[in-house]
Amino acid sequence: METILILLHVEKEAGLAKLALETLGAAKDAAGASGAKLMVGLVGENLQAAANQIAGCGASRFLGVEGVEFGQPRYGSDVAAAEAICRAAGATVVIAPATSRWNRVAAGLAHRLGGRADTHVTNLTSEGGGLTISRWYYRQRMEAAMRCTQRPWVIALEAGCHAPWKGDAGTAKIEAVKVSLTEAANRTTVTGVKAPASDQQTIRPDAELLFVAGAGWTKKQADGQTHAPEAESLIRGFLQHTKASLGSSKSLVDLSKDGQAVLTLMTHLNQVGQTGATPRHPKGLSTCCHGEEPHAVGWRFINERRAVNLDPNCGWARGKADVLYVADAFEVMRKVNALLAAKQGK
Amino acid sequence: MSTAYQIVVCGSIVPDPLQTLEPIAGATGPTLKNEMMLPAVLDPWAWHALFEAASLAKNAPGSKVWLVSLGPKAKLQQVMMTVAQKAPFELVAIDGPASGFTEAAEVAAALAGAIKAIPGLDMSRLLVFGGWESASRGAGATMQIVGELLGIVNQFQGVDKLSVGADGSMEILERIEGGKHQVSKCVGAPAVLGWATGSLPEPPNNPQVGMANMRGIMPALQKAGAAKVGAEGVTFASVALPKQRRETKIVKDMSADDIAREIVAWITNA
Repeated sequence: METILILLHVEKEAGLAKLALETLGAAKDAAGASGAKLMVGLVGENLQAAANQIAGCGASRFLGVEGVEFGQPRYGSDVAAAEAICRAAGATVVIAPATSRWNRVAAGLAHRLGGRADTHVTNLTSEGGGLTISRWYYRQRMEAAMRCTQRPWVIALEAGCHAPWKGDAGTAKIEAVKVSLTEAANRTTVTGVKAPASDQQTIRPDAELLFVAGAGWTKKQADGQTHAPEAESLIRGFLQHTKASLGSSKSLVDLSKDGQAVLTLMTHLNQVGQTGATPRHPKGLSTCCHGEEPHAVGWRFINERRAVNLDPNCGWARGKADVLYVADAFEVMRKVNALLAAKQGK
Repeated sequence: MSTAYQIVVCGSIVPDPLQTLEPIAGATGPTLKNEMMLPAVLDPWAWHALFEAASLAKNAPGSKVWLVSLGPKAKLQQVMMTVAQKAPFELVAIDGPASGFTEAAEVAAALAGAIKAIPGLDMSRLLVFGGWESASRGAGATMQIVGELLGIVNQFQGVDKLSVGADGSMEILERIEGGKHQVSKCVGAPAVLGWATGSLPEPPNNPQVGMANMRGIMPALQKAGAAKVGAEGVTFASVALPKQRRETKIVKDMSADDIAREIVAWITNA
C-alpha cells in the first residue's frame, strides 16, 4: 500500500495558497481510489494556522518543519526540510504543488530519497490500484500518461488541474521534525521580491483572459510608419478595462534586443510559448501575432481562443483559434476600448 | 570581479522548434518519428546559459567555460558548427540519446560524471549553468540532480540575472509566480544556476572564435564516451499529440465596429 505525503509550504501572509488546496484535493482523490495512507507535510515559518485550515482533510499525520530559516524559499533549507519530512513519513509517493518553490527542489529531493521526480504533472489517477500521471513533452506538443515503479515518487502538480479541497477546519496536531541546516545551506539568503509597481503589473495568472500582443504592433502600418506609442496605449487601455494578463510572442520580446521599436510594458516574463510560459486562462485573445507553432504551444491550456490578424492564412487559421478576425488590430482595439470604457461608464 | 570561475554549462540538443513532431513507439519506449533526421538546435534555455557564461567569463579574467553536452555524436557535431561561432568554450561531449523520454536522473548522472572528470576542477570556483528546463522533457529536474551529485546545495532556477560583487558574492534573480523575481544573495561559488532567458542578446557570429572552438570540438567528439541513458522504472501508457484541432471560423468581411462589439460581448459574457 502506498503512503502518500502531501508536501506543502506555508505562505508568509496567506497561509495555504489555492494551488496547495488543489493539490490536497487531487492527492485525497488518488489516495481514496487506491486505498493509500495519507499524510501532510508542512514547511514554513509558522505552521499551525495552515495545519488547522486543513485539519479535516483526513490525513493520519501532520508533520512539520518550522522556523524562520524555513520561511525563505531557497534550495538548501527547503530540500533539507522536505527530505526530513519524507523520511519521517516513510512516504512512497510525495505530491507537491508545482510552485516555483517546490519546482526548485522536487528533483533534488527525489535524488536524496533515492527516488524519481516528475514535475508539471497535469493529471493524477489511480487506475487498477496504480498511480498514473499525465504530463506534456516537447513544450506541450505531446501528452504522455505514465507510471513509475521507482519509489519514492515525487510529483509536482500544476495549477488548475483539480478542484481545491474544501472541508472543515479544526485543530491539527503537528509532529515537529528536526532539521539541522549545514553551513553550505545557509550561504544563500533570500533578500526580497522584485515586482513591477501594481499599476504596471501585466502578468495576472488568475485573470479570465490572456491578451497576447504580437510583433505586428511594432511593425510599419498602412501609412508606412510604426506606431509603437499608440500600440502601447491601446494595449494598456485594454488591460486596464479587462484586467487581462498580457502575453507576447517571442519575436516581440526579442525586438527589445534588436534595437527595433519596442513596447516598454513587455519583458521576457510576458513571453508565451516554446521558451516562455504556458499560462492557464479560460479565454485568450491574440492580436498582431501569426500564431506560429513555437508561440502557439504556449496556448495549450487556453480554452476559448480568438485572434485578430491581417493575414487570413496565419497560424491561427489552421485550427489553432476558434475565431480569426481578419482585420487591423489597431482599428479593432481602438473600438474595443471605446466600447469597454462606455460599458464601464468612463 | 576577482574570482576566476570555472563555468560548466550543461546543454543538449532538441529538434528545431519549427519542426512537426510525432511520437512513435520505439524499441525501448517512446521516441520521435525520424528523430535522427530532424534538424536540431541547442536547447534554447541552455543557449541563453551559454551566453551568460561567456559574458561572465569575459568579465572575470582567468575564467573558463566548458559546454557539457549529451547527445548523439553526429547531431552534436552539426549543432556545434553553429554554437561554436558564438562564444569561446571547451566541449565535453557524451554520446547518448537526447530524447525527452529519458529520465532526468540518468541524464544527470552522465553529466555529473563528465563534470567530475574535467581536469583541475576546483569546487570553490565552480558555477554550473544550464537551462532551467529543456525543450524536450521540460521537467526542470536535471540541473538539480547534477547539483546534488556534485554536492552543491546553493541552487537557483529560472534565473534571469546574476550580478557578481567585488567580494565574489552573487545576487541572483529567479522567476517566481505572477511575473515577479525572487532576489537572493549567495556568498559565492559553488552554485547551480538554471537559466531562463537571462538578459543578454544572442552574440553575433565570430569566425575566429568558431575556428578556435572547432579545434577542440572535433577531438572532443571523437573521444566522447557512450552513456547508457534510458528511463528505468517508467512505463509509458500512451504518448499522443493533442487531438483537439479547432474548426477555425475565419471572419473576413466584418467591419471593425462589428468585430469590436463581438469581442466585447465574448469577453464580458454578454
